[in-house]
Amino acid sequence: MSDEYEHKLEAKSDYTGDASSVSTPDIDAVPDAELPDQELYHSHSWWTTYVFSQDAKYIGIQYALTAIGTGLLGLVLSWLMRIQLAWPGLGWLEPSSYYQFVTMHGMIMVVYLLTALFLGGFGNLLIPLMCGARDMAFPYVNMLSYWAFVVAVVVLLASFFVPGGPTGAGWTLYPPQAITAGTPGYNGGIILMLISLILFVAGFTMGGLNYIITVLQLRARGMTLMRMPLTIWGIFTATVLAMFAFPALLVGCLMMTLDSLLGTSFFMPAMVSLGETLTHEGGSPILFQHLFWFFGHPEVYIVALPAFGIVSDLLSVHSRKTIFGYRMMVWAIVGIGALSFFVWAHHMYVSGMNPWFGFFFATTTLIIAVPTAIKVYNWILTLWRGNIVLSLPMLFSLGFIVTFLNGGLTGLFLGNVTVDVPLSDTYFVVAHFHMVMGIAPILVVFGAIYHWYPLVTGRMMNETLGKVHFWITFLGSYAIYFPMHYQGFVGVPRRYFEIYDSPYVDVSTLLLNKFITIAVLIVGAAQLLFLYNLFASARLGKKAEKNPWKANSLEWQTPQMPPEHGNWGKELPKVYRWPYDFSVPGAKEDYIPQTQPPSEIIGAKVEKT
Amino acid sequence: MSKKKSIFQLLTEKPWEQDQIEADNEHQGQTVNLTKQKLGLRTLMAASTVLFSLFVVAYSDRMLVHDWRNMPEPWLLWFNTGILVISSLVFHQTTKYAKKQLFDKTKNGLYFIGFLAYSFLIGQLIVWYQLMNTGYYATSNVANAFFYLFTTIHGLHIIGGIYFWGKTTSKFIKRTLKEEEINNLIDICAVYWHFLLAVWLVLFGLMLSS
Repeated sequence: MSDEYEHKLEAKSDYTGDASSVSTPDIDAVPDAELPDQELYHSHSWWTTYVFSQDAKYIGIQYALTAIGTGLLGLVLSWLMRIQLAWPGLGWLEPSSYYQFVTMHGMIMVVYLLTALFLGGFGNLLIPLMCGARDMAFPYVNMLSYWAFVVAVVVLLASFFVPGGPTGAGWTLYPPQAITAGTPGYNGGIILMLISLILFVAGFTMGGLNYIITVLQLRARGMTLMRMPLTIWGIFTATVLAMFAFPALLVGCLMMTLDSLLGTSFFMPAMVSLGETLTHEGGSPILFQHLFWFFGHPEVYIVALPAFGIVSDLLSVHSRKTIFGYRMMVWAIVGIGALSFFVWAHHMYVSGMNPWFGFFFATTTLIIAVPTAIKVYNWILTLWRGNIVLSLPMLFSLGFIVTFLNGGLTGLFLGNVTVDVPLSDTYFVVAHFHMVMGIAPILVVFGAIYHWYPLVTGRMMNETLGKVHFWITFLGSYAIYFPMHYQGFVGVPRRYFEIYDSPYVDVSTLLLNKFITIAVLIVGAAQLLFLYNLFASARLGKKAEKNPWKANSLEWQTPQMPPEHGNWGKELPKVYRWPYDFSVPGAKEDYIPQTQPPSEIIGAKVEKT
Repeated sequence: MSKKKSIFQLLTEKPWEQDQIEADNEHQGQTVNLTKQKLGLRTLMAASTVLFSLFVVAYSDRMLVHDWRNMPEPWLLWFNTGILVISSLVFHQTTKYAKKQLFDKTKNGLYFIGFLAYSFLIGQLIVWYQLMNTGYYATSNVANAFFYLFTTIHGLHIIGGIYFWGKTTSKFIKRTLKEEEINNLIDICAVYWHFLLAVWLVLFGLMLSS
C-alpha cells in the first residue's frame, strides 16, 4: 500500500528505535497562536455549577440524561401498545389511548430522544473536546438551549394530564384530523404538542448555533477540517441540516396552532364534522404534509449522520486500523446531507401527487443510496485485516452495520413508487423505519456510551453486563422486526389498534403478534441492565486508566480524565495529524495521538488510504 | 491567517500527505476569518431565511385557492416601510461614525435607531388595530391570517434585534469593551437591521403583488 508513497521524514533518518533520544525540534515547530484564548465563564454558586451550568460537558450530560429519561417513557409506551396488539381480547387499551401512545412513542423517540441525545448530548460532550476548544462558542446560549429543551419536554409530558389527553394524530400530526373532533386530544393535547415542538426548535437553534460556530471557528491549532474525527463531521453536518430543516417544522406547527386556536384556514379545508359544517375553508392539508416531510426526511439524517460519524470512529479505534477512505466518508456525509433535502415526498407517494413528481422523488431516493452504500463498504473495509477487538463498542458497531444494511435494503423497496403503493401503511414500513432509524442509531448510542463512559466518569462500565445487554438487544430486535416485514407482505395494516381472529387476518399474524410482544417485553427489560450498569458503574466500575481504548482523538488527551472545567489546563493542544494513525509501521505503539509531535515518531511511516 | 480556500479545496485536501501535513501544522484553528459573533449571526440569518422562504412558499401555494380575498394595504404600511429604510440608513452611517471613534455621533445614532425600531413596532400595531376595526380579522380570510402571521414573526425578529441593540448600546455607553469589540457588535447589529429590512421588503412586496 505504502510502497509508492514517499515520506520526507525517512530521508532524515531511517532510525526506528527510541525516538526520544533524537532531537529534531525544527520539525515540531508550529507558528505562535494568532488567536486569543477563549475567555471562560466560571461558576460561582451551586446553581450555576450543577443546574444552570455553562460547561458544555456538563450540559451534554444533562441533555443525555433528560433525553434518555424521556426515551424510557417512549419504551414503556411501546410495551403497552404491544400488549394490546398481542392480546386484543384483554381490552387492555382503549382505541384512543392506543393512538395517543403511538403518537407519543413516535415523537418522543425521534425528536426528544434521538435528536436531543445525538446533537445535544454527544454534540455538547464531544465537540469542544474533540476539536480542542475550551468550551462552546456561546456557553450562555448553550445553557439556554438545554433549558428550552427541558421546558419542551415538560410541556410535552403535561399533555398526558390535560382533559382529552395527549394527541393521537400519529407522529406526523396530519391535519385536518389532528385538530378535528374524533381524534384523541384534538383540542388540548395537540396544542401542547405543537407548543412543545416550537420550544424544541427554538432551543435547538440556540444549541445548533453553538455546534456550528465551535466546529468552524474554535478548533485547536493544526486541526484543519480534514483532520477532524468523523464523529465531528457527522454531528456538524447533522446540525447544519437541522438548522435548515427545523424551520419547516416550525412553520407547520405555527400555522396549525393558529388553525386550531384562532380558526384560520391555512391547512383546514371546508369540511363537515359530526354533522356540522366547520368554519374552515380552502386550506391545504397537502401543504402541511410537504412542510412536515421537508423537515421529516432530513430529520432521519439528523439522527443518522451523527451515528455514521460515531460508528466510523468506534470501528477505527476498536479494530486498530485507519478508517478506510476518510475523504470519501466525509464526502458521503456531506453528500447525504445535501441530498436529504430532495427526497422528502417519498413519504407521500399515496397522497395523490402527480406521477412525475413521484418519479423524481423515487430517483433522488435511489441516488441517496449511493453515498450510503459507500459508507457501508468503507466500514467493512476498515474491518478488513484489522486487529478486531470485540469490546462492547465494537460489538454494538458491528450490530449497527448489519442492522443499518438491513433497514437500508428495505428502503430500496419502499423508495420505488410501484412497490411502495401496496406496502404503504403496512407493518413493512414499520419494520423498515424501526430498523434504519430506530435500532441502528440506538445501537450506536449504546456503543458510544460504552466507549465514552470512562471519559465522563473516569470508570469503565461492566463488560459482562454489557455483553448480556448487547446480545439480548441485538437478537431481540431482530426477533421483533423480522416478523414485521413478513406481516407487512401479507398486508397487515399499521395503526390498527386491534388485529383479532377474522377471515381477513392470517393465523400466523396472530401468533407472530404474540411472539413479537414477548420479544419486546424481554428487550425492554434488558435495558434495565443497561441502566443499572450506567448508574452503578459511576461508583462501582473499575477505575479507567487514561485513554483506556488507546484512541488518537483529542478528547482522550486532556491533562485530567475526566477533563476539568476548561478541558486543557494551561496550554491548548496542538494537533499534528489526523486521528486515524493506528498500527503505523515503525511506530512504537499501535496508535499515534493527534497531539504527538513528529520528532517523537521518527521512522514511523504513515499509510496512505 | 492562511489564504482563503473554497469549500471544494478544503474537502479535497489529503491530510496524510507530507506537504499537506506541513501546511496543516500551521493552521490556526479558524475556518473563516470572521469573529464568532459575525459568523453566528450569519448562521442565524441563514436559518431565518429558510423560515421566511417557507412562509413565502406556503403563501404562494395557498394563494391559488379560490377562497383567497386580497387584503387592502393601508398607507401606514408604506410609512412603516419608510421608517425601516431610514433606520437601516442611519445604522449604516452609525457604523461609520463608530469606526471613526466619534463617540457622541455614534451614541445619538444608536438612540435614534432604537427610537425608529420602537416606532416601527408601534406603527405595525396601529395597522393591526385599523384592520381589525374595519373587519379584516385573521379568521375572515386566510390572506389576512398570513398578514398577521408575517407581521408577528417579523416583529418578533425586530424585538430580538432591539434586545441586542439595547445590550450593545449600554456596553457602548459604559465603554467597557475594547474598540474593535464594540465595533464588531455595532456591525453585526447593523447587518441584522439590513437583513430585517430585506425580509420586510420581500414580505411587503409579496403582499402588494398579490
